[in-house]
Amino acid sequence: MAQIRKSTGIIDWLDQRIALNKMMKVLVSEYWIPKNINFLWAMGVILTTLFVLLLITGFLLMMYYKPDINLAFDSVNYTIMKEVEYGWLWRHIHAVAASVIFLIIYIHTFTAIYYGSYKKGRELIWISGMLLFILFSAEAFSGYMLPWGQMSYWAAMVITNLFGGIPVIGDAVVEWIRGDYAVSDSTLTRFFMLHVCLLPLVLIAVIALHFYTLRIPHVNNETGEEIDFDVEAEKYLKGDKANAKVIPFWPGFLAKDFMYIGFFMIFFFYLVCFHFNFAMDPINFEPGNPLKTPPHIYPEWYFLWQYEILRGFFFDIFGFSAYNIGLIAFAFAGIALFFMPIYDRSDVVAPAHERKGFFVWFWLLVIDMIVLTIFGKLPADGVTMGISNSWIGFYSTITFFILLLVVLPIITTLEKKRGGK
Amino acid sequence: MSVKQERRNFIGLAFGAVAAVGGAFSLVAVKKTWDPLPSVKAAGFTTVDLSPMKDGEMRQIEWRKKPIFILKKDANMAPNDKRDVVVGDSRYIVAIALCTHLGCIPEWRASKQVFICACHAGEFNVDGINTFGPPPRPLDIPPFKIDGTKLVLGETGPEYEKLVAQA
Repeated sequence: MAQIRKSTGIIDWLDQRIALNKMMKVLVSEYWIPKNINFLWAMGVILTTLFVLLLITGFLLMMYYKPDINLAFDSVNYTIMKEVEYGWLWRHIHAVAASVIFLIIYIHTFTAIYYGSYKKGRELIWISGMLLFILFSAEAFSGYMLPWGQMSYWAAMVITNLFGGIPVIGDAVVEWIRGDYAVSDSTLTRFFMLHVCLLPLVLIAVIALHFYTLRIPHVNNETGEEIDFDVEAEKYLKGDKANAKVIPFWPGFLAKDFMYIGFFMIFFFYLVCFHFNFAMDPINFEPGNPLKTPPHIYPEWYFLWQYEILRGFFFDIFGFSAYNIGLIAFAFAGIALFFMPIYDRSDVVAPAHERKGFFVWFWLLVIDMIVLTIFGKLPADGVTMGISNSWIGFYSTITFFILLLVVLPIITTLEKKRGGK
Repeated sequence: MSVKQERRNFIGLAFGAVAAVGGAFSLVAVKKTWDPLPSVKAAGFTTVDLSPMKDGEMRQIEWRKKPIFILKKDANMAPNDKRDVVVGDSRYIVAIALCTHLGCIPEWRASKQVFICACHAGEFNVDGINTFGPPPRPLDIPPFKIDGTKLVLGETGPEYEKLVAQA
């Protein structure tokens, strides 16, 4: 038991009881961030902000949403949108944030790839980040079902059907996940549970883990320089702030991040107020109907590249059916980036523009994923520049896997043999 | 290892064993909570009368929340003993109207005599056999029993068993 004495104020009173000052040191004022970073290092804080926005608007929406197939559609499109004061605002913030958070997640992820922030002690940051990507995908999908429009219903139908591809028990698993022979009320209520309770709890826990994994290796920097954080922190604390290569998380780093959040929020609320429709699929304004399929089913933009990989194989290869190959490819594409630290055989931590082969590889991957995204939206039976969309999809899919599984290991092995860049 | 330590290990092991057994039973209970309810399972039978159907007519009914195609074959459509449901002297194609690729509902195009699935351009012929695109197998035939001119979906009769055996 500590010796409790009369406190000099509220801070001191708390400090005696919960070691407030020490906690602030550990969490922010002596958690060190390198000075040589750019705006791309602000994406993490922007993601945190968006997640908090989603959480708060989610609570407000939940007050009026009814998880029942006969009530869900109207509770969203009538009650929340027309009756609830500012309901339209919460819904549009929630929808736009759900979409934009994926844009920032992709920027955040590709920043880590570009600067090599997934290796040499930073593997756990990368793995917990990928885990967050998977969880956010599940969160987005389960939330998409809730308004119970046509696209909600058929997206649920198609995605739950994917589990039918599991050998032997596939069909039983599909029925078990749905709780019925088709997507129905029991499916909606369980996905409601996942979206508003279980997945958010797990997400918050894994976000905390993601933050903690940064603690020991610290964040990477623009040049990939290996900083001795103990030495540099010592300099800073002694008062030599000019020569120290680090600044504290608060007030140094976060103060500037607030500026980035400010800029981002201008962009974000411009979307919410003037372009909220990009996050609203017109087909979803028709109530879900089990007996009528929309002419063209496609996911939201952030899943398109994976969706295109799913349908990239449309012919059988060596007796494996197109269906099974597509399914395996789709499942692997979801977790493919988990293994970045394994594909990359080189120890060099440097920005891509200082690693010739890697630089070319990086932009090829980005371009390929953009092509996959574009063709994921186009109907499969269309033709572009005289080539059928199915074939473009097939070659882009093959390119994606070859880039990750073949090209990257080869160029990084050569880099290693050259002894660096 | 002192005596005390062994006692503590025993307490730890005993607690762990009880918790593991409890955990295993809980997992089974959680799994069963996710199962379809008895009321859902019981609602799995639909009866349809085929006698009013005309030659070449296509009907869509609902069974277990799934759409079902019933097509009465006309003289131009070749008989196929592996797929046809024979009731009296007429032949019908009865199939679950969900594309075997990802479960969208294909559309019957009477002019071309094919079922076309718009999602990924899969095609099935009159007999519901996959002829193009990603669908891995013909349209599934639901379990049925023939009762006079009526078809009971959800029960299995000898005609259904025969079709499945040939598939």
